[in-house]
Amino acid sequence: MEPIIKVKEVHKSFKNVQAVKGISLNVHAGQFTALLGPNGAGKTTLVEMIEGIQKPDQGEIFIMGKSWKGHADELHRLIGLSLQETHFIDKLTVRETLRLFAAFYDLGRKRVAEIIDLVGLAEKRDAYAVNLSGGQRQRLALGIALLNNPKILLLDEPTTGLDPNARREIWNILLQLKEHARTSLILTTHYMEEAEHLCDYVIIMHQGRILKEGTLEQLLNGDGAEKIIEFTLEKPNQAADLLGSRVPFPIQWEPDLGRGTLLVSHFETQIPSFFDFLKQKNVRLKNLECRRKTLDDVFTSMTGRRLDE
Amino acid sequence: MNKNTLLPRQLIHLIAALFKDIFRQPAVLFWGIVFPILMSLGLGVAFTQKPDVFHTVAVIKNEEGRQAQATPRMDAFFAAQTAPCESSADQTPCFKLSLQEEQLGRTTFTFLKTDRAQAMVLLKRGRVSILLEEKEEVLKYQFDPLNPDSQLTYLKLVRLLNRGKPDSVDSIGHNDIQPLTVTGTRYIDFLVPGLMSMGIMMSCMWGLSYGMIEKRSKKLLRRMVATPMKKSYFLMALMIVRIAMNFIESGLLVLFAYLVFHIRIQGEILALIVFFVAGNIAFGGIAVFISARTANTEIGNGLINVVVMPMMVLSGVFFSYHNFPDWSIPYIQKLPLSLLADGIRSIFIEGAGFSQIAMPTLLLFAMGIGFFAAGLKIFKWH
Ligand SMILES: Nc1ncnc2c1ncn2[C@@H]1O[C@H](COP(=O)(O)OP(=O)(O)O)[C@@H](O)[C@H]1O
Ligand SMILES: [Mg+2]
Repeated sequence: MEPIIKVKEVHKSFKNVQAVKGISLNVHAGQFTALLGPNGAGKTTLVEMIEGIQKPDQGEIFIMGKSWKGHADELHRLIGLSLQETHFIDKLTVRETLRLFAAFYDLGRKRVAEIIDLVGLAEKRDAYAVNLSGGQRQRLALGIALLNNPKILLLDEPTTGLDPNARREIWNILLQLKEHARTSLILTTHYMEEAEHLCDYVIIMHQGRILKEGTLEQLLNGDGAEKIIEFTLEKPNQAADLLGSRVPFPIQWEPDLGRGTLLVSHFETQIPSFFDFLKQKNVRLKNLECRRKTLDDVFTSMTGRRLDE
Repeated sequence: MNKNTLLPRQLIHLIAALFKDIFRQPAVLFWGIVFPILMSLGLGVAFTQKPDVFHTVAVIKNEEGRQAQATPRMDAFFAAQTAPCESSADQTPCFKLSLQEEQLGRTTFTFLKTDRAQAMVLLKRGRVSILLEEKEEVLKYQFDPLNPDSQLTYLKLVRLLNRGKPDSVDSIGHNDIQPLTVTGTRYIDFLVPGLMSMGIMMSCMWGLSYGMIEKRSKKLLRRMVATPMKKSYFLMALMIVRIAMNFIESGLLVLFAYLVFHIRIQGEILALIVFFVAGNIAFGGIAVFISARTANTEIGNGLINVVVMPMMVLSGVFFSYHNFPDWSIPYIQKLPLSLLADGIRSIFIEGAGFSQIAMPTLLLFAMGIGFFAAGLKIFKWH
């Protein structure tokens, strides 16, 4: 099937920064895709090029087979989007703001009322945009993005800066959409939970390039080891005993944190033998945690940095 | 739905939205409407005429419907003490006299020999501050007694014309002062059209330019153009809202001036309205052009000042620009604010109609459309 969004070898530089250094990607109809990466990875620049707001220096972008040149009006009608930051007209109410944008798409009051319900702003419909909380503003932005029943939805950090509750409200709106509409979504975020929770396909970006991409399964189980043991020692200077080539466990030691990590595939069999190994070396644990691997671990293993650094 | 019904809907919603945004901000209303009125009150009452070392006097050489009147006393004075000079605009005979005085510095009198009708026009335009009429060798002075500049001119003139005469003190008594308090000749009549023009300029430049730059810096424009909104509608809506606001603002100013100072509009009201719209289009276009690219309000601030300041000084809002050097007058008169202020004045106090202001109206429209088109071309939405 022909991808609904096709990005080919796109580059974009600003005065002294190469923000996007040759990115290609495809998004298929109905797919929820996350662009996951730390601040400055080039996510905004990339989505804004897809949105037709910025022009690539090099490379091509096709949306449903059409490029922005000459098809702007048509594509604007297919796309819904929210920018990383938008202010609205200060002294316009939620409802008036939606009605203004609805008029741009030739939509009427009925659609505005639906959207107000959908994004849960019924109580705030007569509040001025300038008086909304962060989460309410993001929901208004999302509501505007959804007005025209877009085939393609592009959301730039829709939950950044929100508290967990507000974030979950936005997630629920999007999950609802995933269930009921055949919308394709590209969402940028630096929260791995957001990518894991919402998206079928994750593209990890770093310094203007794609680091790794795939389904959650592929990213987390790629090397067969999808679980993690993290531990600290009573006597951190004993760590040297646990490292080296003749040790049966590939332990990573982070001296700054005084913490060891071990990737495993099965807790049931591997934890007992790990304990035997510690006993044999006469090393006492201070703390031990077992958890599944996350996208953050994938990012850290490839860059040595964390996503939210 | 077809395109034709869709397009005006966008425009109507944009206009409504922008109006609401303005009317819900009381501070905006205050600075836009109350402030100009307070200013006209302050200036109108206080009459802060700048102390000018140039005095221009109109010497009336004939009476309406009568033969040219002889002005022997003045002619003798001109022959004896003054040098003929080139009159800037027309062929009016003109005489100049400069006096150097220890205490007062240099004072230059310019006398223009002209007829009464022309003299009144000059007076209304602020070009002359006093009219001088000679009847049977008696001099009659006509001026607005509330205008300190006219008063000063009068006093200096009396002293000058009676200089060296033994009976000088006495002879002042023979001079007839005829107070001119006729509507249309007072300073306030000159001032109100100036304030109106200035209001239009300021409101367009600050309200429109600054508004656009701010919307750009808040990424509001960026969001709006990512929809099927027609871009020119956004700018048109801004201009329409601004023109409507200016209409209210100027209307209140004129109403106020009418109630307090009994100002009348002597020319054609319809011509005034058309001219007013032309002025708004001109400054609206300039505002769009000025704010076409920058997203930085500081830069916007500077750009607006670069446009506004020179015109505030040169265009004769508060005082006639005829005190500037003669060579500069033709250029000053072409400035949009001068065109606007002169035009509004001519309708208000000289009774002008469509025929007299056709040219400046066209010029203002042309300026506005030219700048708007150029601005739209280079406009940065992001
Ligand atoms: N308009 C711009 N001018 C100059 N540099 C920019 C501009 N936009 C983005 N950048 C730079 O490009 C890089 C990528 O930015 P961005 O796409 O915003 O990243 P992200 O959205 O992933 O945080 C950053 O180093 C940023 O400073
Ligand atoms: Mg970003």
